[in-house]
Amino acid sequence: MKTMTEIKTNKLTLVQAVTDGLRTMLREHEEVLVLGEDVGQNGGVFRATDGLAAEFGEARVMDTPLAEAGIVGTSIGLAINGFRPVAEMQFLGFVYPAYEQIMTHASRIRSRTLSRYSVPMVIRAPYGGGIRAPEIHSDSCESLFTHMPGMKVVVPSNPYDAKGLLIAAIEDPDPVLFMEPMRSYRAFKADVPEEKYTVELGKGAKLTEGEDVTVIAWGNMVSTAQKAVDQLKDDNISCELLDLRTLYPLDKDLIAESVKKTGRAVIVHEAPETGGVGNDVLSVINNEAFLYLRSPVQKVAGFDTPFPFFSLEEEYLPTPERITHAIKKAVTF
Amino acid sequence: MENQFPIRQILDGEGNITDNSDELTEDLVKEMYRRMLRARTLDRKSVNLQRQGRIGTYAPFEGQEAAQIGSASAMEDGDWMFPTYRDHAATLTFGHSVTTIMLYWKGRVEGCVPPEGKNIFPPAVPIATQLPHATGAAMAEKRKGSDRVSIAYFGDGATSEGDFHEGLNFASVFKAPVVFFNQNNGYAISVPVEKQMNSKTIAQKAVSYDIEGIRVDGNDVLAVYFETKKAVEKARRGEGPTLIEAVTWRYGAHTTADDPTKYRDQQLSEEKRNQIDPLLRLERYMEKNGFWDEEWKNEVMNVCDREIEQAVEEMEAYPDADINDMFGHVFKEPVWTIEKQRDEYLSFKRGETV
Ligand SMILES: Cc1ncc(C[n+]2csc(CCOP(=O)(O)OP(=O)(O)O)c2C)c(N)n1
Repeated sequence: MKTMTEIKTNKLTLVQAVTDGLRTMLREHEEVLVLGEDVGQNGGVFRATDGLAAEFGEARVMDTPLAEAGIVGTSIGLAINGFRPVAEMQFLGFVYPAYEQIMTHASRIRSRTLSRYSVPMVIRAPYGGGIRAPEIHSDSCESLFTHMPGMKVVVPSNPYDAKGLLIAAIEDPDPVLFMEPMRSYRAFKADVPEEKYTVELGKGAKLTEGEDVTVIAWGNMVSTAQKAVDQLKDDNISCELLDLRTLYPLDKDLIAESVKKTGRAVIVHEAPETGGVGNDVLSVINNEAFLYLRSPVQKVAGFDTPFPFFSLEEEYLPTPERITHAIKKAVTF
Repeated sequence: MENQFPIRQILDGEGNITDNSDELTEDLVKEMYRRMLRARTLDRKSVNLQRQGRIGTYAPFEGQEAAQIGSASAMEDGDWMFPTYRDHAATLTFGHSVTTIMLYWKGRVEGCVPPEGKNIFPPAVPIATQLPHATGAAMAEKRKGSDRVSIAYFGDGATSEGDFHEGLNFASVFKAPVVFFNQNNGYAISVPVEKQMNSKTIAQKAVSYDIEGIRVDGNDVLAVYFETKKAVEKARRGEGPTLIEAVTWRYGAHTTADDPTKYRDQQLSEEKRNQIDPLLRLERYMEKNGFWDEEWKNEVMNVCDREIEQAVEEMEAYPDADINDMFGHVFKEPVWTIEKQRDEYLSFKRGETV
């Protein structure tokens, strides 16, 4: 074990940490390939693949035609035949043409062939609102994929996790949807080790210790929830903030342990409430910690409406104020 | 294949007639010029508004005026138009107001709503998704026994998507009265057309659906106009769909959020102006034929400027977006989940505790 002082770190943004993770894996494994629209010479519309085509060549960092079903379908073919493709969807809202390939093939080839074939691929996609993007660009449709047997769904909220989770996703033997919270892409920098490391899939993180209530969030909503949690310190409400990091499979032990301790929970997500991952979290709480609950679990979520045009996006997105309101409701029940 | 799909042209970049089979009148030439100047003024103004943070990300079309305006001018009231996020010159020509177009880029859903009596679909943001819609709407007109037609706009990149092929195939099978109008502007964001496809032309893709495919100089507004008109009339006669490839060029960025210097030489892009620009070539033609009039141009320019300044004022004076619009149009009849979410949210906003 190296001690912290021996590990060389760089201050990186979340999107730079993604690039760093891709570079690390492209260097380490010949079979890792990066492909997608504009990922080559342009380095991706968010610069997530910046410099990779120059370093590794266009045979490994490939600009593809504009066709998501084609990108994912050919990635499946590459993956069953010895490669580890990392496919970029330019925005998660443009994954829909590829949905069929993911649903009908990527996620079930292992079970269809009793593990004779597997699909070790990663689909990366920026997602979420708050950057005044045009229509469709802001969708948070994670539950379409958590509902898909055979897919893992991962959402980092900070640069350290982004690199570690991405490397773990690429090494994972099964298909992983890797959602990148674009509002957090350049929001802040953090220390990211230069070397290769992983953050285990399926494990969440406890960001703050607290006594009164468990606040559960992921991706873009972690920093929003953090603001709410910080504000409530003045009201003497002590919150335990969990960042789920993986949405399938959920870290049920982390959720259960925390809710058993606090007896209350508030779930925050940006996606529409109905059919959202919040319901799966609720079900974990129900199964694991029902008798410890002191108030009904609250949810703060996006509405059951298409993500609005950006003139109304601030009305749609959960805010620290909506979250503090829900927390107070849970605590004063 | 390129030989089988020669680029049709009436006026070259110097303003010389290269094919005089279609009738040119002074009025037509001036009207096309006026429409293009109006669109270019709108486009430049929008780029400036974006830079000043008065609208959001914007998709400029400068260079593509002839393709959009020539084709849209061939359409009639009652026909259907299915544009992308870049086809404002087309929708403007077909009946959208400048204010509507600006509201779209201000992040307002009102920017999707066409004027009463005009069939203009909201801009398609997901690439190629509008092609099957254009086919379906055309199939509907055919079933209704009308002679209305659809036109779908799309870029070179769009031809890679499944929806492109499905839209063309359905149109072919059902002999739908639809015109597939491709603007081949050389790039799909950073990807040049040579990396998008191995085929030398887009028009040739029509062969596999056994429909007519033609290539036209997309910077020659007159050629685009007459070729689209022929395709539209053919569709009206019940003779099925056409794929038109308008070969054109966009001088600027993909959108105002994009940096074209990462993938192409902007200097060269600007140099192309003198050789191909759709407005310049009409000016040259008019000059050569003795009816270019600088004063007339300034007059037209002033009218465009005033119209656009007024639209900017209207856009900026627009009442704030209504939260109820977000909740109120998901279904015709409200459902309880959305009603509950709306009520709780509005009472939260009013500071009432729920
Ligand atoms: C399904 C889908 N995938 C990706 C995108 C992101 N995107 C927006 S425009 C664009 C390039 C489009 O190129 P082209 O069809 O040639 O049209 P142009 O913008 O050049 O007019 C891409 C990849 C999208 N809007 N929709």
